[in-house]
Amino acid sequence: MRVVAAMSGGVDSSVVAALLHAEGHEVIGVTLQLYDHGAAQGRKGACCAGQDIHDARRVADRLGIAHYVVDAEARFAAEVMAPFARSYAGGETPVPCVRCNQTVKFRDLLALADELGAEALATGHYVRRVAGPDGAEMHRARDGTRDQSWFLFATTRAQLARARFPLGDMPDKGAVRACAAEFGLAVADKPDSQDICFVPQGSYAETVRRHHPEALQPGEIVDTNGLVLGRHDGIARYTVGQARRLGVADGRVVVRIEPETRRIVVGRRDQGRHEFYLNEVNWLIDPPAAGLECGVKLRARDDVRPAQVTPDGCAGAHVRLATPALPAPGQACVFYQGERVLGGGFICRDHA
Amino acid sequence: MQTGRHRHPDAGSPLELYYVQPTAMDTELSHAFHVFLSMTAIPPRTPRETARIYLDANASEPLRPEAEAAWLDASRLAGNPASVHGAGRAARDALETARETLALLFGARPAGVVFVSGGTEANVLALRGLGAGRHGLMGATEHDAVRDAMPDAQTLMVAPDGEVDLEELDSALSRHGKSVVALMLANNETGVLHPIAEAAKLCRARGAWLHVDAVQAAGRLAVNLADTGAHSLALASHKLGGPHGAGALLLDPEAEAALSPIWRGGGQERGRRGGTPPVAAIAGFAAAARAAIGARDTEQAKLGALRDRIEAAAVAVGARVAGAGAPRLANTSCLVLPGHAALTQVMALDLAGYAVSAGAACSSGKVAPSAVLRAMGYDAAAAEAIRVSLPWNVSPPDADGFIAAYQALAASQAHAS
Repeated sequence: MRVVAAMSGGVDSSVVAALLHAEGHEVIGVTLQLYDHGAAQGRKGACCAGQDIHDARRVADRLGIAHYVVDAEARFAAEVMAPFARSYAGGETPVPCVRCNQTVKFRDLLALADELGAEALATGHYVRRVAGPDGAEMHRARDGTRDQSWFLFATTRAQLARARFPLGDMPDKGAVRACAAEFGLAVADKPDSQDICFVPQGSYAETVRRHHPEALQPGEIVDTNGLVLGRHDGIARYTVGQARRLGVADGRVVVRIEPETRRIVVGRRDQGRHEFYLNEVNWLIDPPAAGLECGVKLRARDDVRPAQVTPDGCAGAHVRLATPALPAPGQACVFYQGERVLGGGFICRDHA
Repeated sequence: MQTGRHRHPDAGSPLELYYVQPTAMDTELSHAFHVFLSMTAIPPRTPRETARIYLDANASEPLRPEAEAAWLDASRLAGNPASVHGAGRAARDALETARETLALLFGARPAGVVFVSGGTEANVLALRGLGAGRHGLMGATEHDAVRDAMPDAQTLMVAPDGEVDLEELDSALSRHGKSVVALMLANNETGVLHPIAEAAKLCRARGAWLHVDAVQAAGRLAVNLADTGAHSLALASHKLGGPHGAGALLLDPEAEAALSPIWRGGGQERGRRGGTPPVAAIAGFAAAARAAIGARDTEQAKLGALRDRIEAAAVAVGARVAGAGAPRLANTSCLVLPGHAALTQVMALDLAGYAVSAGAACSSGKVAPSAVLRAMGYDAAAAEAIRVSLPWNVSPPDADGFIAAYQALAASQAHAS
């Protein structure tokens, strides 16, 4: 079949392209140019493309497959970076990777695949797509430490039907690197990418400041009774559950962020809550009108917790946890049943 | 394995497609190079079913046989044209013969031909070498090579069909003292011609230098430095069917005397451009120019007819032809297909076996909306245009095949960018 492979220039997606090519598929490599790398690194006059696009093209050359660079800068800025900054300014802790997967990756690349007559879209994500009785199911990757299912909950069922994740069954990253070396790909030893690709050297605060300077203006740190405990240098530097940068050493953590007053509210770690709401919920099963018992994961590196999830309105859901937690607004709450992803949504701030 | 474009004629295994066999030096090679060498594990390439039809002549013309022969012949010359011995004299003879040939073909004096690496360098040498201290003026649709060489230049608007506004040129010339003006003879994206002879008259009347980027026009139109009245002219070998890596700046006697080099190096090219010239590429360049000009009338008539056929078919499925009303090159069509992103069109056509281009591809390969079309007043459509530029050796079946692929593309679901 003809398949579009999203190639970032890293080892994972390079191996995806090589594997599909070796299986005899007609692979079309596509690399998204998401931002100006030269500008991101503060190097004037540097090429907009950066090393990753170069690496992706060389892998495609080596494999002898077609490869194209798609300029997604404007859409990435509008649909990923701006909402990222806006979310921080609104007292949330965003997950830009989910937005990116949702928009420029799955939505736009599948539209491109349509135009090119490609049946499928393959990515280097560590997640498994399993054929089930009601169509494609999303399952966690075999390598639990690499599993990226949490970041992919917003993939629609129609998108999942056409998605391919050849790395989902890899035992570990070492196997992927060995595979790359076997294919003779120069990216075999390339280091893993950083957390947020568009933030150079991990300074996301500067990115937020450019869009929403108010999110980096000082404010008060208060306890749950409103008693001022100290000052902070911008709400964007905090997330619910955080213990650092509070100037209190008694184990208290951020329990709430109030963008309207620029206050960071701290409380005891066990002052969590049982209930919260989600918006932009995506179901990978038929939405269970009566709700369902399942596991939920509130952060990328969190454990799964037992919960009751009930659809609420057309794109919302109500979550009731078995034991209280400190969900951070803006983060994803993803529903699991064993290895399978049932859906997920973004944690709301309003119903706190 | 017939499609490997880097395949050496003597290659015996897939490994040799790209890299030399390991030698005794192997033990000293880095790990990375061992990874390179391990590429024998690469699965065999699937042969492409579709024929590859090349319709991107304005990016680079296919090598003409006459150019190939001259290039190969001269490549056997060991000498450096600056050397005093016989081998040096032989290389110099080849170089100077090429210079005299190009001078004759393009209406310059041999002493006014400066060999450079290509069109970009010819433009940059002219604009920096003649433009110091002068007010810069350039057409809004000039190539990046010119825009980059004159970052502070004043831009002259073009009409919606792409032609420069001579009245605006004259008024700009009258407002500024000594100017240097850059105008292209034929535009790379639309093929639209500027009225160069008229512009040259205005420039000369106002004491301005006129530099003409003739890279796309040379070999396709009658291009003659003396006749145009320009002071300098840029040419590129590979745009008229010669090898890559050679170009020339043609200077009229006045500009010849005024040009200051960007770098002098070993004093080659009469001190106007340092560096040993690529004699073989230059010999191929001159042979290509001679062949192109010799065959020009026949070739251009053929190309014009095929272009018209393609444009009629494109218009019938909803395309617009940018610059259609202006005088333009016979081989170039800039086709705007509303609702279809330029890159997607290029990709779909490439996958169907047809090589065309869109806008100005940057070195990353990404495609930006066409600055040329923007200057012509196109807005969203500037991101929906492809350029079809027919090479000298295109055949009628190639054009018909392209028409079929284009019709399929136009019928496909639009994916606005």
